[in-house]
Amino acid sequence: MLPLAIAPIQITAYTATTAAGTGLAGLLDALRDNRSALTANDFGPEPLPTWIGRVAGVEQVVLPKPLASWDCRNNRLAWLGLAADGFIDAVLEARERHGAGRVAVVLGTSTSSIGATEDAYRALDGDGRFPADNRNPLVHTPHSLANFVQEALGLEGPCVTISTACSSSAKVFAAAERMLRLGIVDAAVVGGVDTLCGSVLFGFNALQLVSTQRCRPFDADRDGISIGEAAGFALLERAGRGAFAQLLGYGESSDAHHMSTPHPEGLGAERALDDALARAGIDAAEVEHINLHGTASTKNDEVEAALVGRRFPATTHASSTKGITGHTLGAAGIVEAAACLLAIEHGFRPGIANTRALDPVCGAQVRIEPATGEVGIALSNSFGFGGNNCVLVFGKAPA
Amino acid sequence: MSATPVNTFFVEGVAFWAPTLPGWAIARAAFRGEGAPADPPAKRPAPELLAAAERRRAPDTVALALEVAAAAVREAGLEPGTLPSIFTSAHGDLGVNDYMCKTLASQPALISPTKFHNSVHNAAAGYWTIGTGCMAASSALTAFDASFAAGLLEAAAQCAADVRPVLLVAFDVEATGPLATVTTSHGLVAAALVLAPAPSERSVAAYEWSLAPGAPAPLALRSSAAKALAGNAMADALPFFEGLATAFGAPLSLPLSSRLSLRLQPVGKPLSS
Repeated sequence: MLPLAIAPIQITAYTATTAAGTGLAGLLDALRDNRSALTANDFGPEPLPTWIGRVAGVEQVVLPKPLASWDCRNNRLAWLGLAADGFIDAVLEARERHGAGRVAVVLGTSTSSIGATEDAYRALDGDGRFPADNRNPLVHTPHSLANFVQEALGLEGPCVTISTACSSSAKVFAAAERMLRLGIVDAAVVGGVDTLCGSVLFGFNALQLVSTQRCRPFDADRDGISIGEAAGFALLERAGRGAFAQLLGYGESSDAHHMSTPHPEGLGAERALDDALARAGIDAAEVEHINLHGTASTKNDEVEAALVGRRFPATTHASSTKGITGHTLGAAGIVEAAACLLAIEHGFRPGIANTRALDPVCGAQVRIEPATGEVGIALSNSFGFGGNNCVLVFGKAPA
Repeated sequence: MSATPVNTFFVEGVAFWAPTLPGWAIARAAFRGEGAPADPPAKRPAPELLAAAERRRAPDTVALALEVAAAAVREAGLEPGTLPSIFTSAHGDLGVNDYMCKTLASQPALISPTKFHNSVHNAAAGYWTIGTGCMAASSALTAFDASFAAGLLEAAAQCAADVRPVLLVAFDVEATGPLATVTTSHGLVAAALVLAPAPSERSVAAYEWSLAPGAPAPLALRSSAAKALAGNAMADALPFFEGLATAFGAPLSLPLSSRLSLRLQPVGKPLSS
């Protein structure tokens, strides 16, 4: 049973901070140039031989004094991201318009501040306790992210952290749309933040999913992912002033197949796609651009390329931006939503950085080279561990 | 715009599990002061949804979540394969997190790939959808000490917005290792509800729900059985389940933060006892 169409939600502000730079400008340049921002891994005490999407300057971020107790890499990156592109001002204006209690905070993360917990375990005191400067219980727990951001923005509406691995910050759009549709809030800050940490670098390495080179999504010779970090946010409102883009639909589904391997026929992803198109009230043929999940893992790209090949016309321009930013895990949904919004705002379609020769499994939709041209409707795929899928549909706002 | 919309959900299935209260029938009686907790306490459940090998290896969170999810869906008389689900937990699997941090501090290259994929906050949601063949949406969330209230809000919102039944599963486990010096959570607690947008012959309760500014005074637990579980990080679920067992008819305000609460107004008489 397909869901009913929803009324579009206005996107009144957005921002993303990735390895390509703080704020949207760096990401826009990298997308247009199809230029990778990945660098040789230098993270942590024993760096694995891989490439990472590391955000410059996170170490130098100093949280404002009233927020100092939240200090950790993830919340520093959140603060760096919030401060870009005038996003904080846009939220404060929405707070003024609607009231602090009518603005929700719905954020996604995979590992939140676990990096701070990892640091504490490397520096336990003689009694096996966390070091004195790293003991805030609000930091050593996954809600650290949304809790911090709500306090930083002075908001008082519902506040929740969604953590469904690599679909986390895509699903935030769905949860926020429901609250807006029911009228329990008038605006929502959505987005996500994930930072480099030992858990993901060594964890994905243990699953043999990490490439020793810059990741090459959909390349015939791809051999794994490059892990990145990022922060991204969007402000959603039912009625927005001067919004150029809208959330048109979303679909959420489960693979019901395996914890860390996608469904071999992509049936879960296809179900999320069907729901997303139904909520947006559009046909697949109307989608001009797709930001693919495209992790550069052997299996994901094979399954996703086959799905795109059988469901979209050759005119749909599909690509993965993970060669530029790396796989930013719980932040991937919002970063790639931002890439879609940049494509709509600036009239271009990103390519696939690092990839040299496409896997023959790819149809005509998958393109290595960026292209110019207006984008009226863009779609973004995010698939996570546990077989957790989310597809988002964005569109240009009617003039 | 500042109207406060009111929506209604119907409770179609209830499940509860703690070592002292292994099952909703025992928990309900103990919350009413009519029955004693299990003595000796029950051993960790072994969910039949998992293959035999996985049943033993499954982290505590997964074992607990699958036990209560299956019980609530059974009671609601629904097919698990079609039901969207929301899994809420303040901290996720604290045992797996302790393992990850301990191993990263000593021998990072020896991280177990299985423990790594079990460390995601949506591990229980993943095993549930795999075990039941459920391809509907599943989510996993946290809101620290308001995780039950936030999960109930998300489930109630999904139920009302999409006009379909929704499964809510809530759980937290014991903090362990050095993590236990900063994170407080004792024992095992899990609970589940199936919410529906309309009544059925299986409805056991109904609530009008809305958001209200300000945090209510902390709800005092009445039963010794509930008080004994108050050290678990999912303790904000206890007033709801104690209320469901005992004081049906009394309004309930669950804190979502220090500035917002989820107000629940029971509708009508107990639909069945």
